[in-house]
Amino acid sequence: MLLATVVAGPAFAQGAPIKLANVAELSGGGATVGTNWKNGIDLAIEEINAKGGVLGRKLEVTHADSQSNPGVARAQVQKALDGEPYVLLGPGYSGSVKVTAPLAAEAGIAQIMGGEAAELTQAGNKFLFRTSFGQQSSMPKVAKYINDEVKAKSVAIVWVNNDFGRGGRDVITREFGKYGIKVAADLSTEAGQADFAADVSKIKAAAPDAVFVYLNEEESARILKELKRQAVTVPLVGETTLIGQKVVELAGDAANGARGHVGLTTDAPVDLIKAFREKFSKKYNYVPDHNGLKGYLAIYMIKATTEKMGKVDSKAFADNLHGLTIKAASEPGILMDVTFDANGDIDRQGFLVEIVDGKQVIKKVLPKLN
Amino acid sequence: MSLVQRYWRIVLGIVVIAALIVAPMYLNRYGLFILSQWAVMTIAAMGLNLTLGYAGQVSLAQGAFVGIGAYAAAIMTSNGMPLIAALVVAIILCFAIGWILGYPALRVQHHYLAFVTLAFSTLAFLVFRNESWLTNGIYGISNIPRPSIFGYPTNRPLPFYYVCLGSLGLVSLATWWLIRSPWGRAFVALRENPVRALSLGIDTRRYTLMAFAIGSALGGVAGTLYAPLTQYIDPVPFNLSLSLDLLMMVIVGGAGFFFGPFLGAMIAVLLPEWLRFTQGYYLMLYAVAVIGLLIYSPTGILGIIDRYLIERRTRAASALRAVAKSSLEATP
Amino acid sequence: MSNLLDLLISGLATGAIYAIVAVGFTLLWQTSQTINFAQGEFVMLPAFLMLAAMHAGVPFWLAIIIGMLASMLLLGLGFKLLLVDPMLRHGVLPLAIATMALAIGIKEAVKQFFSAEASPFPSIVPAGDIAILGRQVSVQSLGVLALAIAAVIGLTALLNRTSIGHQMQATAQNPTVARIIGIPVERMILLTFLINAFLVALASLLITPIYLAKFSSGEVLGQAAFIAAIVGGFNQVRGAIAGGLLIGVVDNLAAAYVSTQYRAAVPMILLIGIILLRPQGLLGRAEERTV
Repeated sequence: MLLATVVAGPAFAQGAPIKLANVAELSGGGATVGTNWKNGIDLAIEEINAKGGVLGRKLEVTHADSQSNPGVARAQVQKALDGEPYVLLGPGYSGSVKVTAPLAAEAGIAQIMGGEAAELTQAGNKFLFRTSFGQQSSMPKVAKYINDEVKAKSVAIVWVNNDFGRGGRDVITREFGKYGIKVAADLSTEAGQADFAADVSKIKAAAPDAVFVYLNEEESARILKELKRQAVTVPLVGETTLIGQKVVELAGDAANGARGHVGLTTDAPVDLIKAFREKFSKKYNYVPDHNGLKGYLAIYMIKATTEKMGKVDSKAFADNLHGLTIKAASEPGILMDVTFDANGDIDRQGFLVEIVDGKQVIKKVLPKLN
Repeated sequence: MSLVQRYWRIVLGIVVIAALIVAPMYLNRYGLFILSQWAVMTIAAMGLNLTLGYAGQVSLAQGAFVGIGAYAAAIMTSNGMPLIAALVVAIILCFAIGWILGYPALRVQHHYLAFVTLAFSTLAFLVFRNESWLTNGIYGISNIPRPSIFGYPTNRPLPFYYVCLGSLGLVSLATWWLIRSPWGRAFVALRENPVRALSLGIDTRRYTLMAFAIGSALGGVAGTLYAPLTQYIDPVPFNLSLSLDLLMMVIVGGAGFFFGPFLGAMIAVLLPEWLRFTQGYYLMLYAVAVIGLLIYSPTGILGIIDRYLIERRTRAASALRAVAKSSLEATP
Repeated sequence: MSNLLDLLISGLATGAIYAIVAVGFTLLWQTSQTINFAQGEFVMLPAFLMLAAMHAGVPFWLAIIIGMLASMLLLGLGFKLLLVDPMLRHGVLPLAIATMALAIGIKEAVKQFFSAEASPFPSIVPAGDIAILGRQVSVQSLGVLALAIAAVIGLTALLNRTSIGHQMQATAQNPTVARIIGIPVERMILLTFLINAFLVALASLLITPIYLAKFSSGEVLGQAAFIAAIVGGFNQVRGAIAGGLLIGVVDNLAAAYVSTQYRAAVPMILLIGIILLRPQGLLGRAEERTV
């Protein structure tokens, strides 16, 4: 059995199911990210296959666990590529994407992933595609909001010390520099950290006009509680991980007043997204986070591109996805209109949101640029 | 052992080595990557086996030493220096750190080395992650070049696999020589009976320290191969989990047996693959399998084989003795 | 300076949890040479057992009792019979490795059968703040501290004032002699396992409202408890308590006054320092080298 997986495999036949390969963080530190991503993928595939598949062929996916470890991710992607999938899905962690992207590019297979680090799409890789805003797109919007609306002159940044958090912190620090906003405090925290007394203490000591919070969901909930407890009243601004439903649920009324920019959120006032959330919750018994959305969208991106090409051609896939605009009206599965540029980056509408009374209230819709 | 047994052992050895050299030519890239990974992990596990199996010390920092080797290789080769230079640096650095860590810790009760290495493991991870001027921090170092050996580039999987295999071969020979040498015998002596070793004038502390330092240096060697293998490293893989994994490899394979690490690494690398079809349950099954194995045989798999062989020999000897005894009693 | 009180109290509260977990850890080591690398997961699990009971419709107070009993059964009796007893005759190290594997098994089982996501957990101490010396102090921190202290006082009383406690201490110090003078050693060992299970369930109840119930929350806790036990003194229950409180406070102060990036390094450096300078731990008895 082992030999079968490691000796070169045969190519897929026509009329047969379309094979996709997913490599994601199903265990380790990124288990929440990868599991949501996987569930989104499975849901989309189930839906599409129920309606006859793509161009009459059903979709099939194999899931592999990267264990949140780039070395393992590389091995798993290598294995997946050896099986000649149509498209490669994942990983979610930017570090794992970085190490696996050259492999997919060399094999000429398009890779649709969930990483948000800015540099991923800046290396000239013609086969890599995002499912969410890169930090280079989202952070300028946050900085602009902080500068124009919040009118803060000094901001404390608290971030989680992994590539996600550090990436965001680096980009926003640059953006603040452009506006002349001072970084009052620059605090790194650990993933899984439970005690934020010391960090909030430092924030208070820095007396900023606003706080930029860039942590994972659970830690965001904990720091919100601590900020409330230590009576920090300046605006708290963040991104999807600060103001998602999950955070509100965990933080209770400590979340009120938190605001931020969201690209993908299951709380958006968009009917299609609400429908997605219903379907997901019904199938999996929990409310998805934005990674679930990313996985779902990835599959519909594949469907739209393949239908545009009129054939199942893995070599032509990447070229056809570059520059493609997918409208929700013609493909409801894409949930919101989106355009992909030549680097694989996304242009889509976003929202500026504030938590009021435990609910996300859209303060402003940031339209698609094109 | 008899001439026949020795002959069979040599034949088996040749067959295995030939398989390791020839079979990979038919493997796809994934298979080659897994085998290369196995070779690298075996080197690290051999180092730990030296420390644990032969000198009886628990080290929880082997993963950190692999990390030091990997970062040394990544930083130096990314700046144009040859891999050999990185190898030398890694060996010296890991040996020195091993010595420094071990020296005070071994002054006291022997299990304290475990605690010191535990702390060092965390500290090393933090340094890798926070000192971004050196290690590029959490972003890691990408596009690590593959070495060229005697002018041959090793960018393709198969040539680099041979580099890993060759390195494993060299390290195995070196370790074999070490264990057979008077030094090696001193290591075993102080594991089996430290009091007696002391009474025979062996400076137990110095030998234990040597074992630990050499074992750590081997971890560094493994690291210098790990970096060009995956061609991207970040701090994440080199935390306590890797040290614990290596520990499990040595124990499951059989601590103190020369081929224990080979077997242990093979199981650690391949078993998750075989169990992958069980989807979400595979880690649980792995855990249960390890526990079951340990309950049955704490000396690992080679321990089971060893016990079986000893039992056979004992039975054979007892049978012979019974025959001899009855013939003795028969004579008046 | 005013921030210091905040940090001290929250550090003591966290430290009190570490202390409870470290005490259980030390007890297991002393009586049965068990190094339990799954101690952190032992703290994570009872909360999930209680959550499962609540999902089945049971009210919170009853779920707590069910969770505690289930913990004592699984993590006390079950752990001893299924893992420790078969392995103990093989030596300390294989058992330690087996507990590492057990930790993985428990984590994965919770992730698979429950969820990979974090779940909120109700607190038995009400949230909110009260004013002490003009500073807002979290009632939750105080409540946790109070309950932990009560548990430790209760345990110390048990060990020092009751006959059973004396027997347990004797078993811990020298099982062979204890057996000779007629102490039911096996029963005493079982008792320590049950006590450990109770302690971890209590710690779970106190800490999960703050940490949130997640399959991975055992990792940090387990390591902290381990360090606390060593720093405090591996052969004294008092040491585990002192170690736990110290680690909790030092961690907070380090984050506030040193660097947040190296926050996790400070307990480690403390550990190395203790081992080099005072290897029996702060409150431990100096052990004779039994070579």
